[in-house]
Formats: sequence, C-alpha cells, structure tokens
Amino acid sequence: MEPLLRVEGIAAPLLRPNIDTDIIIPSREITSPERTGFADKLFAPWRYLDGARRENPDFVLNRDPFRRAKILIAGENFGCGSSREMAVWALHQFGIRCVIAPSFGAIFRNNCLRNALLPVELPEADVLALASAAEAAPLHLVVDLQACEIRGFDERPLPFAIDADEREGLLSGLDAIDLTLRHRGAIEAFQARDRQDRPWIWRPR
Amino acid sequence: MAGRTVIDRIWDAHVVAELGGGRALLHIDRIFLHERMGPALLGGLAAAGRRPAQPGLVFGVMDHTVDTKPTRSESTAGGGTFIETFRQRIAQAGIRAFDLDDPRQGIVHVVSPEQGIALPGCTLVCPDSHTCTLGGIGALAWGIGSTEGEHAVATQTLVRPAPRRMQIRFDGRLGAGVGAKDLVLALIARFGVEGGQGCAIEFTGEAVRALGIESRLTLCNMTVEFGAWTGLVAPDDTTIDWIAGRPFAPEGAVWDRAVAHWRTLVSDDDAVWDETRSIDASTLAPQLTWGTSPEQAVAIDQAVPDPADAPDRQRRAAMERALAYMDLQPGAPLLGTPIEAAFIGSCTNSRLPDLREAAAVLRGRKVAVGLKALVVPGSMQVRAAAEAEGLDRIFTEAGFEWRKSGCSLCFFSGADDFGGARRVISTTNRNFEGRQGPGVRTHLASPATVAASAIAGRIADARVIERI
Repeated sequence: MEPLLRVEGIAAPLLRPNIDTDIIIPSREITSPERTGFADKLFAPWRYLDGARRENPDFVLNRDPFRRAKILIAGENFGCGSSREMAVWALHQFGIRCVIAPSFGAIFRNNCLRNALLPVELPEADVLALASAAEAAPLHLVVDLQACEIRGFDERPLPFAIDADEREGLLSGLDAIDLTLRHRGAIEAFQARDRQDRPWIWRPR
Repeated sequence: MAGRTVIDRIWDAHVVAELGGGRALLHIDRIFLHERMGPALLGGLAAAGRRPAQPGLVFGVMDHTVDTKPTRSESTAGGGTFIETFRQRIAQAGIRAFDLDDPRQGIVHVVSPEQGIALPGCTLVCPDSHTCTLGGIGALAWGIGSTEGEHAVATQTLVRPAPRRMQIRFDGRLGAGVGAKDLVLALIARFGVEGGQGCAIEFTGEAVRALGIESRLTLCNMTVEFGAWTGLVAPDDTTIDWIAGRPFAPEGAVWDRAVAHWRTLVSDDDAVWDETRSIDASTLAPQLTWGTSPEQAVAIDQAVPDPADAPDRQRRAAMERALAYMDLQPGAPLLGTPIEAAFIGSCTNSRLPDLREAAAVLRGRKVAVGLKALVVPGSMQVRAAAEAEGLDRIFTEAGFEWRKSGCSLCFFSGADDFGGARRVISTTNRNFEGRQGPGVRTHLASPATVAASAIAGRIADARVIERI
C-alpha cells in the first residue's frame, strides 16, 4: 500500500446520514471480479439519471470544482451496510483519498485503512461547518496525517484524532500480512497447543 | 476478581499475541469465501505470491450471484465471471467449496451452521457483513473486507481491537406471532443504527433463551445493522442438541470434549459489561420498516412517523427524504398500504422454521392477484427438507415461485427483478434506497408478516389473518 502522509485538494460536501455501500457502489455495478474499473461506477444511483449514464447535474461530484475532489465531507455512519470493498476501491479510483464524517460503518472504515484512504472522524458540528464552507465556495483543504490536523478551513488548524496504530499503518504503508508474519512463531505455538486443546477445530471432515 | 463475559472467554482463548494498545492478534478458526469477493481476495493473495496458511479451515460457497430460477444456469446471474473465476482460484488455492451442483450449496451463513462447520466458541470470518449471523450458534463471527480476508487466509489470524462488551436483555416472553426478526428490528428502531458501535453483544434474557437456533441466527444476523462489531447467544442445550450429528460436527470422544468446552462458554453472574440494554419482549408487536434505514421501523399497527417530530434538522431532512423515496405520507396507517411484490429469503429469514412460519399463514390461501411472490430457501438442504414436508406445494399453490438457493433479491444484481413492482415486502435485512432494484421501495418484516401481506396485497398483520 502506498504511504499516506497528507491529502490535499478540493473537499466535496455530501451531508446525508447513513450513506450505505449499496449507494456508493450498487451490486449491479459490480460486474468484474477484479479490483479495478470502479471509478465510473462510484455513486452511480445518484450520479447518473439513467442507464445511458446521463449525468445528474444536481449531484455534487458532477459539479465543478467537485469533479476533482480528493476529500469527501459526509454525514454520520458513512459506509454502513455491505462489506463490499469495492466501495473503497470506487472512491479511491475516482480520486477520493479522505472522507471526513462524524462516524463510519465499521467494516468500511477498516477497508479504508487497508487501501490508503484516510477516514477522519470529527464532531458533527465541525463536519457541518466544513460542509457549509465547501458548499459556499471552493474549499481547498490539507488533511495532514502526520500533524493530525486539517488546514485551509479556519485560521487555526482543526485537530483530529485517530488511533495510533491505524495512523502508523497509513503513514508507513507497510504490508499488514508481513507485520503479522513477524509473529509466525507465536502463531505456530498457538496452533500446536490448540490442536491438543480443541481437536474439533482442526478436524473438519 | 470480577466475573467474565462469554465474549471475554472466547476472545482470550484466541489471542495469539497481545499487540499493545488494546489490540490482539486473534486466531481465526474458520474462514468462508463466496464467489462475489472470493476471486479478488484469492487473486490478491496469489499476486503477492502467498498461499493459504491452513486451507483445511477455509471453505468456499457460491451464493451471491447465482441463478435461483428452477432452471438454474451455470453462469453468474447479472453477468460477469464471478462463479467461473472463483472456481478456478479456489482450485488453485486448494480450498474446498460447495459448488452450484452440490446438494449442500446455499447462502453462506445458512450453510456454515447447517453443515456443523460454524461451531460454538469458534472465531469465523467471511467477506460479508452478515457473518455476525453465526453468533446464533455461539460463534464469535464477523464480516471483513477483501484485503483483510487476504490477511486471514494468509496467516489464519486477524488483528482486532478489544471490543466494548454490551449485554442486550430481552425480558419476558414473546407474544404469539412475534419472532426474532421483530426483536431485532425493535432493537435497532429503539437504539439506532449506531447503537452497537464498537461493541460485541451478548443477547440474553428469557425471550432469547426460548428461541430456537434458526431464530437466534436471525437475531444475530442484523447486529451489523445495529452498528455492532458482532453479537452472539451463548451456547446452551438448545445449541448442543442442534449441532449433534451435523456432517462436519465432531463425533465420539472429541464430541464429548467439545461439549464440555462449550458448556464453559457462559457469562458469570457478576460479569462486567461496558453497556447493558434491555427491552421487554412481551410488549412487542410485529415490526415493519417504513423508511430507507433499518432503524426506521415501527410496530406494524402504527402510523407512518412525522418528520416534524424529529429531534433535529439533520434527522428531519433524512426522514423527509426517506418518506419521499418510499412514497408515504406522515400519519398514514402502514396497515393496508398496497404492495406489489413479496420476498421470502436471505441469510436473515430463509431457514426451515422461517418457511414453516410463512407456510402456516399461506396454507389454503392465494396471494393477491398480480402480486409477484418469491420464496428462496437458504440452502438446497433447506429446500429439500421443506419439500419433504410439502411446504413447496403450499407456497406454489398460494402463488409463490419456489426457487433454488442463493442470495437472490436480497440485493439487485441485475439479473432477477421484481418485474416492475415498486413496493416490496421482504424478509431481508436492508431497506436501503435501490437495494432490491432501482426505485424499489422495501419494507422489512418477518416471514409471517410477508406471507400475510402477500395474501392481502397490502401490508397486513399475520395475527389477524382470519380477517383478511
């Protein structure tokens, strides 16, 4: 995974609560079993008026300057619902590198952390203020993961909190499987003991 | 020393290494893959030059995109090459699978307990959000993404932060005609779609203990809609009796050892919970969703809520949008709202007792003229068992299509649809905008409520079916 130190760019407001992964990428848009080709499918039900992909001019990502947004400002529980990682791939492939919301669906948030997409949780009042500013005039933000602050909104930087291990994982981009395999000895010891303690786990016919 | 919860007991038994900051490397006992996410997952693994660490603990199932029509075709419903690609990649990875022609094929969260592969006290993951269903059998089970799935398959472990532990007690006895689906819809309506955030839940109380395993699976299925990491019901005699003799369940002396272990998986009376919630189950009526979020549910005999009563502007706007999408008026009664299609199926409500519950309402009756009605058994084993009881005839004589097993119209993948129907009553788990098809308006309910409504052609209460 590429390291993520900061995200700099236009912020787009999409302030509905409970935006689910079925809206981010509907099942019918998932026609490939691979990880690529999802950029045009992002938010398809809202982004397009019909099957011929006529753009809905009212949808935020169809308006300038939001077409090149790198940051999305969303309502609470963003990414709830289905675990489909294509939701994160679609956002990333469109160009979104950071979502700011009061809260996230847990599986979606986990998927973000594994795809160099920064989920920032802020109090609802701050999210509302950011969204209002982004709606009123083009809002160019710097979301700095090293400093854990957002610049470009107010005179003072807006701080945010993120778990230390999650932050380190995004900053380093280190492979999570490699990190875990450093514990190979402990895994093997656990499994050797477990085969004795819980043989039924180890003998599924 | 303070007492421990069943969640602590299962968690502690799976810690391979403490990683600091409240995180642990957990052993994963069972991994299930399906053809929708499995190909990308196994493709990523192979591209990185990795192999499954314990292929014998990994299972594949075809369910998400399979054709459920009686004439089932080999190809992926809705297009794409999911089935074909998954088949190739599981063969390369040396993983066994329940393929389309296997009599054990079905929806992953129906198949895994039915076969005795999901067991009490085991950790189980699958790249599907409803993996928490398996809490019904006493497993610690949760949904993950594809990349995390690669980690699980490559290492047979996952890194998790310790959850907050929540006890949810359903006191009292359920009234006649009220079931597990109504319990979980009422829970989400009361405490919201984020009510369980960060939590592992144990469901306790008289009403939960009285539930059969299939109903416990239904209850735990929607803990993800409650925002929780996962939820479970501690194993008891009901659980142990249900597992005995299943194809992959232990036997002989190993069975005895397993049972002895499962009996230790309880919460102490003085266990410490981070949060406790309780609901009086005896007062609940059948529940029905009216909006586009699972928390937008009320008792079936209630009126459509009024956005003017919302606590703040954001929520009022969300309610207004939901009502506009659902084409409902505040204050209007939900009972009697005309519907055009009915769906019985999904990992929430497609097991044999669910089909019996619906068939009991449908017996000797017919669905309303012009109404499209589908029943999709949760597995081919459920289908066969239902046919042995003659349930298929009750459904077909009532006017339901009797399908082969799969996820089907729990979500719209482009192949099958409700034939232009706009308002659907469904035993599934998500009433999101467009989930069951573009513009489709979904009302979530129990199998009995769906069956009664199918007969009436309107939203109906199965408890008063004789008046329909």
